[in-house]
Amino acid sequence: MNLVSLSYKNLIRKKIRTGLTVGGVAIAVSVLVSLMGFDKGYQRGLKSDIDKMGYQLLVTAKGCPYEAATLMLQGGGGLRYMEQEVYSKIIQDSRIDKVTPQLVHTVADPDKNDGQGGMMLFMGIHPSLLELKPWMEYKMGGWFSSETALEVIMGYEAAELEQRVVGDQIYVPGIDQVLTVVGIFKRTGTQDDGIIFVPIQTARDLFKLDNKLTGIGIKLKQIDDLVDFQEDLYNEPGIQVISMAQVQGTIYNLISSARVMTNSIALIAVVIAVIGVINTILMSVFERTKEIGVMRALGASRLDIFKIIWFETVMICFIGGIFGNILAFLGGHLVEQLVRGVIPYVPSGQLIYITAPLVFSSFLGAVAMGLMAGIYPAIWASSLRPVEAVRGSE
Amino acid sequence: MNRSVITGKRMSKVYHLPAEDIYAVNNIDLDIHEGDYVAIMGPSGSGKTTLLDILGCMDSLSSGELKVLGFDVSGKKEDELVKIRRGHIGFVFQEFLLIPTLTALENVEIPLHFARKNVKRAECIDLLGKVGLKHRINHLPKQLSGGEKQRVAIARALMASPKILIADEPTGNLDTKNSQEIFNVFQKLNQEGLTIIVATHDEQLGKQARRILHLKDGKICS
Repeated sequence: MNLVSLSYKNLIRKKIRTGLTVGGVAIAVSVLVSLMGFDKGYQRGLKSDIDKMGYQLLVTAKGCPYEAATLMLQGGGGLRYMEQEVYSKIIQDSRIDKVTPQLVHTVADPDKNDGQGGMMLFMGIHPSLLELKPWMEYKMGGWFSSETALEVIMGYEAAELEQRVVGDQIYVPGIDQVLTVVGIFKRTGTQDDGIIFVPIQTARDLFKLDNKLTGIGIKLKQIDDLVDFQEDLYNEPGIQVISMAQVQGTIYNLISSARVMTNSIALIAVVIAVIGVINTILMSVFERTKEIGVMRALGASRLDIFKIIWFETVMICFIGGIFGNILAFLGGHLVEQLVRGVIPYVPSGQLIYITAPLVFSSFLGAVAMGLMAGIYPAIWASSLRPVEAVRGSE
Repeated sequence: MNRSVITGKRMSKVYHLPAEDIYAVNNIDLDIHEGDYVAIMGPSGSGKTTLLDILGCMDSLSSGELKVLGFDVSGKKEDELVKIRRGHIGFVFQEFLLIPTLTALENVEIPLHFARKNVKRAECIDLLGKVGLKHRINHLPKQLSGGEKQRVAIARALMASPKILIADEPTGNLDTKNSQEIFNVFQKLNQEGLTIIVATHDEQLGKQARRILHLKDGKICS
């Protein structure tokens, strides 16, 4: 039996009270870990999504550049269009390594989602897309038979959702057209998985968008040329150019206000947990005033009493830290589903990314919380005069 | 004559209340020798407990001088008094004040932790055997009778081999049979050379002491 086991036995004396306090700490730690994991996962997912776009620069028609970039990332309607000539001009630049034109279009499908309706996302593409995204491989089938073929290649999830295989025919509502599935891509873990790809010329013909483009993806030979290249294109009329790094920063900034709110909630949870711990330990100290007096009479120093009380708070917070991390692991999936339903743009892949350093730092944080919360009750207990404590005159 | 273990001169303890000053201990001279068995008797409020607290270095004097085991404790701060208590003075209280989450054996071990001494479990068990509780070492206080609790408290007080045992109304919460058992334990300990100072209302316990000090209004009257 030592001071630590004495502290432990004091804690289990009031199991329900201790359990509730540990629960409060666990919830605070769980919220913290989940939010920090979300922050990390979001940044990681966004970077991965942007990296997997395969290009460093995106040229779009003039308008809100970030709206355009978000729509390119996530898909959707309301895009502005630019002329094919822009592409023809840009590809002359010797600084370009790879370049691909894209034409995005959405079609309302009333039969989607069990008759509730939804959007079909089409992207007109050029063979150069696969040079920029070499990781896009076929699960089955292959490339279109011609530049104007009435054929589609489906992203992995788009095909899974509609249970499509090569050879199937899909009906495009609104334009009353049937397209044949000639290929299905393997899973990429990006937004590409949900897209239906068609030859760019076919997209123009089907959607009556002659010589139009929604975006041009560019990869430069030298990344050092990026700023100069971007500045050169600023002078071109009717277009704008944004780098993927800017998109990443901007999208991340878009959710920063939500982060401030969630971080405030986490902070409140931590403060409530700390107050809960202080309250529990103070109550415990008040109830044990005579015991503390006896220990002092039997030779316990102020430091001994301080340690006993401090160990108790640290134990509560340490155990709370363990349960909080378990809760964050178990509840992460649920939180992820919730966040996906609330935030407008959510990157693909694992959204709540709990790493070993995060778990370790949350433990340290919980212990630090215990150390802080324990100071006042421990000082109060250790400053009790033994004669007053034993005689119960407090 | 055995050497003095406690020597007090003109000892006073005064509580300053808004209405008046209360002298709980009023100008007392006292000399207690090694192996003494002193009973402090008197009515409630006569200052017995305050005097015990002062002699046991639990409380400080307002004025006067006090030497305990050769240490001058007059005017000493609590941090210095604890060093004198630790290992030199054992306490037994009326309410037993055992730690309810610890077994009898663990309660007895506690003073050794505070004295930074190695715990020798066999010695603790022997000590519990000495007060007739060898068969109850793993019982929690709630599983013990009042008399057994007090005997555990005595064993705890003796664990750090004190020179002086201070007991405040040790039989106050016990029936006649259990009180007699405590008398017997105290007798035995005193015969082994331990200095015992006990504050009591119990005439039987008082009669067993070698000296009886009658206290009234903070003064020794006989």
